[in-house]
Amino acid sequence: MNVFDLRSVTYRFNRVVALDGLTMAVPAGTRVALLGANGSGKSTLLRVLAGLYFPESGRVEFRGEPLTESRFADDEFAHGFRRRVGLVFQNPDVQLFNATVFDEVAFGPLQLGWAAGDVRARVTDALDRFRLSDLKDRVPQRLSGGEKKRVALASVLVMDPEVLLLDEPTDALDPRSQSQVIDLLTEWTAGSKSVITATHHLGILEEIADHCVVLDRGRVVAERSPAGLLSDEDLLDRTNLIHAHRHRHDGAHVHSHPHRHGL
Amino acid sequence: MSGRARSERGLFERTVDGMRQAMERATSAEAGATAAGWMQRLDPRVKLAAVLALVAAVALSHRLDVIAALLAAGIAMAVTSRVPLSALASGVSLAAGAFAVALAAPALVLTPGRAVAVVPVAGWVVTAQGLMSACYLVLRAAAASTFGFLLVFTTPWAHVLKALRAFHVPVLFVAVLAMTYRYILLLLDSAHDMFVARRSRTVGRLTAATRRRLVAQSAGALLVKSLNMGNDVFLAMQARGYRGEVRVLDDFTMARTDWFALAAAAILAAVAVWVGR
Repeated sequence: MNVFDLRSVTYRFNRVVALDGLTMAVPAGTRVALLGANGSGKSTLLRVLAGLYFPESGRVEFRGEPLTESRFADDEFAHGFRRRVGLVFQNPDVQLFNATVFDEVAFGPLQLGWAAGDVRARVTDALDRFRLSDLKDRVPQRLSGGEKKRVALASVLVMDPEVLLLDEPTDALDPRSQSQVIDLLTEWTAGSKSVITATHHLGILEEIADHCVVLDRGRVVAERSPAGLLSDEDLLDRTNLIHAHRHRHDGAHVHSHPHRHGL
Repeated sequence: MSGRARSERGLFERTVDGMRQAMERATSAEAGATAAGWMQRLDPRVKLAAVLALVAAVALSHRLDVIAALLAAGIAMAVTSRVPLSALASGVSLAAGAFAVALAAPALVLTPGRAVAVVPVAGWVVTAQGLMSACYLVLRAAAASTFGFLLVFTTPWAHVLKALRAFHVPVLFVAVLAMTYRYILLLLDSAHDMFVARRSRTVGRLTAATRRRLVAQSAGALLVKSLNMGNDVFLAMQARGYRGEVRVLDDFTMARTDWFALAAAAILAAVAVWVGR
């Protein structure tokens, strides 16, 4: 059973085509990496999967049910979907708007109408799991980049969604924070969760994905295993995931060839 | 701030920086909104109603001493509720200062009446009636903003929003207010970064016309940023189940002290309006 099925999905921002007849399927329980250069449509695709954008043509289904604007007008459907599918935004600042870290993590469960006792227990557990207990009374906007990212993750994972959508989870993080975020995600996805991660960092691919989908100008141009993708330098070069530049080997020889960063 | 650094920044830039500092203090102070203090323990609906009544009393009072007494009462409430006075003073001075520049200063010379002084160089005549109008404007702004900040500093923002809904304020208005308050700081940060980036690429003094053009361009860029950010924030709230109604963990319950505080605020406001009529 697929968690998501997309057929010929097109989405535009005014005249700019962000998704161009995109077709793909995400089987349940898989960890998928969406790869592509800036502007390839990764973030737009995540927002379509999260039921925040609705395509102008094509069909999006979640577990066989169509995701349309009219379906989200129904509170019961919307709450059920938000409970099951969580999205972590690239910029944590847009996701952190409460007065304290505790309130931030509690926001989602409260909006879904969970009982107060249940919310408190779940939030306490999530803060503990994400090593945020000491920060629970702090203002989220005043935390470091890595801490903000952990709060943003906790604020979604506290609802224990069966599908997690991540937009550049390690973007703008120092190496230690990157590794903390990856460890937390690996721990969380140890069960039967589906995770779809948009990234252009090839260095984390094998840790976060079983399957890679490469996007270019709003279309799926390739699907590979992480190892298969990393060995296909032509594809990586063609889709701007690696690039050629001049550099020096062992002092003397300067030349130019496709080069991967972050590996 | 050195005179040189000050001279390199225009009025708009200095105002944005002042607002940014005040909002930063307000954000930090809000984290202490649950600190032990008698106002922090009151039901948010009571605080909202009391603040609205006292702000109305400030607006309706026509005696300077009564408005000053209300301002003193607001400060006393802040002190006894352990509200950080530096944060309160910063916010209030900004609000009163903006009022002074925008309205009170022109009132000094535009209000007809008995001349008491002349502005050097410009030759504008300051009138006694203009001076009185300016005092009213600044004092009213200071007193009203003191009560407003008192509410913010003693009540978690989510509770203020929930209290607004308890008074049947429309959902859309509350949602816009929620996001505006939170993101004004981020926008002010963006504006500050923009100014710093521009200064780092500017050599020498710019002409007034160039400065005005840069301010207009910065304002346009900020507007675009704020629209994008507002949209993303709304999507992020929706993605976590937000459906237009902010739900918070705590349910409001009226205790005896809440009724007492509500009655006290109503009496204080009524007396101020009566005496200051």
